[in-house]
Amino acid sequence: MTLFIVIFLLTMLVIIALAIVQTTNLFAAAMLAGIFSLTSAMIFFLLDAPDVALTEAAVGAGISTVLFLGALALTAEHERAATAGRLAALAVVVTIAAGLFYTSFDMPRLGDPAAPAHLHVAPWYIEKTPEYIHVPNVVTAVLASFRGYDTLGETFVVFTAGIGVLFLLGQAPVGQPKISPAMTFAGKAGLRHYQIPRVVGRLLIPFILLFALYVQFHGDYGPGGGFQAGVIVAASIVLYALLEGEQQARRILSSGMLKVLAAAGPLVYGFTGVACLLLGGNFLDYSVLSSDPVHGQHLGILVIEAGVGITVTGVLISIFHSFAARGSK
Amino acid sequence: MAMIVDVLSWVLLTVGGFFVLVGGIGALRMPDLYTRMHAASVTDSLGAMLILVALILQAGFTLAAVKLAATLIFLLFTSPTAANALASAALLAGINPGLATPSRQEPRS
Amino acid sequence: MYYAVIIAILATMVLALARALLGPTVYDRVLAVNMLGTKTVLLIAVVAFFMERPDFLDLALTYALINFIGVLAVLEFFRVRAQRRQAEQKKGS
Repeated sequence: MTLFIVIFLLTMLVIIALAIVQTTNLFAAAMLAGIFSLTSAMIFFLLDAPDVALTEAAVGAGISTVLFLGALALTAEHERAATAGRLAALAVVVTIAAGLFYTSFDMPRLGDPAAPAHLHVAPWYIEKTPEYIHVPNVVTAVLASFRGYDTLGETFVVFTAGIGVLFLLGQAPVGQPKISPAMTFAGKAGLRHYQIPRVVGRLLIPFILLFALYVQFHGDYGPGGGFQAGVIVAASIVLYALLEGEQQARRILSSGMLKVLAAAGPLVYGFTGVACLLLGGNFLDYSVLSSDPVHGQHLGILVIEAGVGITVTGVLISIFHSFAARGSK
Repeated sequence: MAMIVDVLSWVLLTVGGFFVLVGGIGALRMPDLYTRMHAASVTDSLGAMLILVALILQAGFTLAAVKLAATLIFLLFTSPTAANALASAALLAGINPGLATPSRQEPRS
Repeated sequence: MYYAVIIAILATMVLALARALLGPTVYDRVLAVNMLGTKTVLLIAVVAFFMERPDFLDLALTYALINFIGVLAVLEFFRVRAQRRQAEQKKGS
């Protein structure tokens, strides 16, 4: 049954992708891209990868659509007519696609028990997680402890992306005509005219934040963790900014505070690693953080997931504010 | 007792699925934007609630039932709100509902 | 028991996708995206039960709230666009 649903959803993905390429109205393309992320999240879920599905649903279908719309509010809505070079582009794409298709025949089949990934790496993680780390969610154990160094790199990548956006969009360019705040995305008016969404939205924001905390700390036991929790907190602040206006949102979480949050994440992560060094172990070897190695691992995972969540929150909200505060051309 | 719960949840699932399907057909076949919104949002909320109640009955007194109840309450609040916001936005943008007998245009607030 | 519901939800997703591709005005597309979001939440809830993995229900809850925020963001976009057009018309006339 799940195979049937997966094939059905993959067909839908192809149809949506064709529609995105074919349409010239960029708003429709942004909406269809949101639907595309949604369908991929469903497919990930059906393939037994709930952490990835959670992140894809939250980031791809939520925050990404909001940022695309913020960008579209600043630029034109229809695609420019294509210029020369389409045949060359088509030839390149067809060649690469043919190459990929050819190499896919050499890959092991989905779920093949004799595949190298299932013979060497995966069984070791699955066997050793109860022994060393003792958390039910093996994905979190691999992400946060066995491959903690990679996750440190990922946190720095998120931070760098935030800095990049702040460099490009942080300041309004010189010589821009001042426009009224009511005309910017999530400007002064916000959705003030709509009373019902305002009331309901304000009612829901505390519960969304509570749910984000739950997802953050529940990452050891079920799908969740720092990335997803950070995205949900950012989504709740975006909701507040949409309902009350972006300047009000800046008053509750100022840009300075957001920059501190964005920078604090990798710092917390790095300092945990250094603390492990100072206590006699290797970098990011959490077993030395406490007298009982398993307890030390739990403590380490808790601290670094908190670091990851803080960074993702700070960066996503900063990016949203950069888009929203910018005037039109 | 378990038999009653099973039958009840089966009935609710079927009715919920029926409403969901009707909503989809309505969204595709209705002639005008507002009639489509009506079909889609009313049946959306109702069908979703029936299906989730059926799943809660199947789950019993476990954590899964609590999570389903939280999803149900959330959908109960946000689905009609989103529909209302969408209809308000469409009306403010100037899309007038198609009327059977054309009347003079209402002044926009 | 679950097969009928899953097929109904998948069929509705196809119908909503058709509306998203067809919809003459942009509000039709937003309506279709909202519908697809709710159907996804339902599909995840039913399939999580069907696959006997009830811990996956966090996913349904997350998606329900992300869908809501997405629809409100889209409406904000329309408001900005309408106001900008009004301002340009006033400047032009």
